[in-house]
Amino acid sequence: MSIILDISKVDMVFPTPKGDFTALQGVDLQIKKGEFISLIGHSGCGKSTVLNIVACLHKATKGGVLLHNKEVTEPGPERAVVFQNHSLLPWLTAYQNIELAVKQVFKNKMSKAEMKEWIEHNLRLVHMDHARDKRPDEISGGMKQRIGIARALSMKPEILLMDEPFGALDALTRAHMQDSLMEIQQKLNNTVIMITHDVDEAVLLSDRIVMMTNGPAATIGEILDVNLPHPRNRLALAEDMEYNRLRSAVLTFLYEKQRKVEVIPPPEASKPDETEQVKSSVA
Amino acid sequence: MNIKKLIMTYISAKAQTFILPLAGICCFLLLWSLTASSIDTSLGKFPGPSAVATQVGNLITEHNAERVKKDAFYLRQDQRNQTRMAKDPSYQPKERTYTGKETFIDQIFTSLITVLSGFLLAAVIAIPLGIAIGLSPTLNSAINPIIQIFKPVSPLAWLPLVTMVVSSVYVSVDPMFAKSFITSLITVTLCSLWPMVINTSFGVISMNQDWVNVSQVLSLPKLVHIQKIVLPASIPAIFTGMRMSLGIAWMVLIAAEMLAQNPGLGKFVWDEFQNGSSQSLSRIMTAVLAIGLIGYLLDRSMLQLQKMLSWDKSSAQL
Ligand SMILES: Nc1ncnc2c1ncn2[C@@H]1O[C@H](COP(=O)(O)OP(=O)(O)OP(=O)(O)O)[C@@H](O)[C@H]1O
Ligand SMILES: [Mg+2]
Repeated sequence: MSIILDISKVDMVFPTPKGDFTALQGVDLQIKKGEFISLIGHSGCGKSTVLNIVACLHKATKGGVLLHNKEVTEPGPERAVVFQNHSLLPWLTAYQNIELAVKQVFKNKMSKAEMKEWIEHNLRLVHMDHARDKRPDEISGGMKQRIGIARALSMKPEILLMDEPFGALDALTRAHMQDSLMEIQQKLNNTVIMITHDVDEAVLLSDRIVMMTNGPAATIGEILDVNLPHPRNRLALAEDMEYNRLRSAVLTFLYEKQRKVEVIPPPEASKPDETEQVKSSVA
Repeated sequence: MNIKKLIMTYISAKAQTFILPLAGICCFLLLWSLTASSIDTSLGKFPGPSAVATQVGNLITEHNAERVKKDAFYLRQDQRNQTRMAKDPSYQPKERTYTGKETFIDQIFTSLITVLSGFLLAAVIAIPLGIAIGLSPTLNSAINPIIQIFKPVSPLAWLPLVTMVVSSVYVSVDPMFAKSFITSLITVTLCSLWPMVINTSFGVISMNQDWVNVSQVLSLPKLVHIQKIVLPASIPAIFTGMRMSLGIAWMVLIAAEMLAQNPGLGKFVWDEFQNGSSQSLSRIMTAVLAIGLIGYLLDRSMLQLQKMLSWDKSSAQL
């Protein structure tokens, strides 16, 4: 299949008061149409930064992102984002939140009635049609996240970017949402990049798992192909040899190869500062 | 046992909303009448609650009497015109407007109209300006020093300047508004401007970055972005600014009316003070209470408006 998205040798340097901070170095990844990619790595390694660069909410310091071999420089609805904390507009109802997206994206392509039907279709897709006229503060976290997903899907994106979409949910809701997402992905065959902290989620949903090294100057450590047949069933997979091999491969990467060295501050809080002062005075 | 508890909680809930404020008011009235009777001024005793109550009655009676006179005036004028017309069909009827004394109630309405017009004018300027400042860091750095300098200026300091400018610039043969009205209005506008500008721009600047990201991903055009994202997002802050502004505007208006002798409650107070009759103090005291009550009602209406319009119900409390 053809390459739809090419993340090409991306470096990201954030200017900070203490000098430049290199968050990403040489991130390089080609994604095929219809592929489901999971991005996994320790907290703070730079996963969100990668996603934001693909969405063009950040501009890469070096390298760039090609969609259909054309460099993207502006955010756009063809790379829809499901944000970490749903990001629904609190003054709009579920329906209106999706309507804002649909009206913008299909301005001259759909009639009013078609738009209405399309919005309702997307609400049904995430099983949220019963909450169509509720505002975000009237529904639960899982419901908000589902409407966030429906909003992203309603844009008919070529690439669906999801930043820990289920991070804030309880285990049961999360499992339910994962099943919904699998079902939707099978139906629509979207190209998806999803950030996750959850090893089971990554193996269950992905075609490839991209594992990132720890920052600073994080990059892609290993890529794991997941060749489990679709549709996948979490209960059946629990016994599956291949599933467990993949699972332990990810765990090995995260907890042995990229073991996060936790910096626990010493009891005297002033110590690190002193050493820094010494360093700077030497310099 | 349980029922007793229930009754107690019921009573305490009622106490919170009803009995305690009532008790507070009663205590205040008592203290007021006690201290009032022991203060002697050159115009007699300081007015107590009963004197004020009497004046409320008087002021309303005066108002009604004035209305009757006015109606009678127009009736007479109509009759006169009709009889002249009957005699001489080519006669052009003369319509004079009644120029009677402004009653207390007339003055209340004058002040209310002035404060609301000045406030609305300020909102029309301040909200777009605040949004522009909030959206553009460049504009913010350019305008911020000006705001910071003009914000602490008491609008009363502007009053002489405003008066002079209005009387030289606003010249027309048949003015739609009185000059005094324009002066008061501009003074009110000048003081209601800053809190609204500052709060609106603050609301825009502190807008949740996620919402901006949503707008960017949707590639909303600038105007749609402002209309659909920026404006609703800063509505709570805008209302905070509006309530502050309206409170200040009301205070300033009364002072400006006193100082400039412009029609309104301030002029009423000043006239009574100059009058120096035995009733003056109690009439002033009535005006003071009316000013307070109206200020309170203005704030409440603003809050009610906020509750109706703002999506953020938590910020629309008290
Ligand atoms: N605007 C910024 N300015 C400076 N440094 C930043 C900025 N954004 C991110 N960083 C730094 O870049 C690194 C990567 O951040 P990022 O948010 O991408 O991590 P993440 O992998 O998404 O973490 P998490 O899993 O906790 O969400 C972090 O060390 C962070 O401190
Ligand atoms: Mg993140």
